[in-house]
Amino acid sequence: MIVNPIKNGVVLDHIHAGGAMSIYKALNLDKLGCQVAIIKNAESEKMGKKDILKICEPIDINFDVIGYLDPGITVSIIKDGKVAERKHLELPEKVEGIIKCSNPRCISSVEQELPSVFKLTDREKRVYRCIYCESKFKSQGDIK
Amino acid sequence: MRSLIDIKELSTAEIDELITVSKDIIANPVKYSEKCRGKKLATLFYEPSTRTRLSFEAAMYELGGNVLGFASSDNSSASKGESVADTVRVVSGYADIIAMRHPKEGAPLVASMHSLVPIINAGDGGHNHPTQTLADLLTINREKGRFDNLTVGLCGDLKFGRTVHSLIGAMSRYDNVKFVLISPEELRIPGYIKKEILDRGNIDYVETRSLEDAVPELDILYMTRVQRERFFNEDDYIRLKDTYILNSGKLAKAKKDLSILHPLPRVNEISVEIDNDPRACYFEQTLNGKYIRMALILKLLGVE
Repeated sequence: MIVNPIKNGVVLDHIHAGGAMSIYKALNLDKLGCQVAIIKNAESEKMGKKDILKICEPIDINFDVIGYLDPGITVSIIKDGKVAERKHLELPEKVEGIIKCSNPRCISSVEQELPSVFKLTDREKRVYRCIYCESKFKSQGDIK
Repeated sequence: MRSLIDIKELSTAEIDELITVSKDIIANPVKYSEKCRGKKLATLFYEPSTRTRLSFEAAMYELGGNVLGFASSDNSSASKGESVADTVRVVSGYADIIAMRHPKEGAPLVASMHSLVPIINAGDGGHNHPTQTLADLLTINREKGRFDNLTVGLCGDLKFGRTVHSLIGAMSRYDNVKFVLISPEELRIPGYIKKEILDRGNIDYVETRSLEDAVPELDILYMTRVQRERFFNEDDYIRLKDTYILNSGKLAKAKKDLSILHPLPRVNEISVEIDNDPRACYFEQTLNGKYIRMALILKLLGVE
């Protein structure tokens, strides 16, 4: 299968296989009017299989969102057919508005329009804790 | 402007300073009786409390200040659905400092994000209660004259007991402190406390189910209540609530200078026969709570 190189836009490479759709949703790519290629299970020397997203339009990327969902992703900004910038992501220190606290005793469960904020407390084990109640974020099911 | 939401925000030097000021207040109360003249403390208590609220109010009165506030959410605009953020924005225009108790964890932190004046967390659900820990520390310091070289027994609900977790964190800062963690299987200390505080700090501790076996080696015995409000299941509460009851028989082999603490209220976990034992410190502990809150109010208001 051949997907042509893009001239101006963004390529998200090294997405773990099967993860492309959650990135697609988290970045609201369905709202774009331009071409978006979702390549699933592409062959990869390093990863065996990987997913790739190609977006044919320059867009602002929320690096915290994709860094949280998959810190192994490489983001390439393409300008005039060339890689203008390449970014290797890492887990963000703080994530805001991406995940929500599942602790029913947390103030965030009742306070109006309180931003949902989590802090990285253990990089090795990818542990995020709610800044209000310090509960550990438990499952991807709580992604907003 | 500084608030106090979590005891971890205080450095060891700051805790030592609060202890020193508290002791000076105890020794020279008149010197402090006008320090907060013209200042107001707002006590925003969204759930009932006897000791903590009255202790904050007494502390402010003894500093020469005034107090306003509410004692339950039924008597406040929270019953109309007002947010913590809005309430605090309003109240911080009326008071110089705010003490807040709220059943939801993190509410005082939210308050501190919107307040124009310092916020003191007076207890947020099962989460933090820093001034209780300060009261515990002042009591230990007054009883023992030190924080280091002590064997501290913590007994009862070590799973949900916020005061236990905070006290372990605070006492772990000092040298050669050993913890004896006494609880039924279901209420053992959470793994993250063991891992993040005890193991990480290479702190000596043992876990046991037997209060009798543990008592002889203790310098401090910190008793706790099994709290009904922390259980989702009433059957679990009833099954566990009477696991440990401290009476004179259980103290038979205790050290002569043991200090018995309890954050109160007690239900039945300390028999009233212990109240007159010279080793019982839990009523002094409530008094110490007032003194250390006075020291804290002075510190957060920047009063010399």
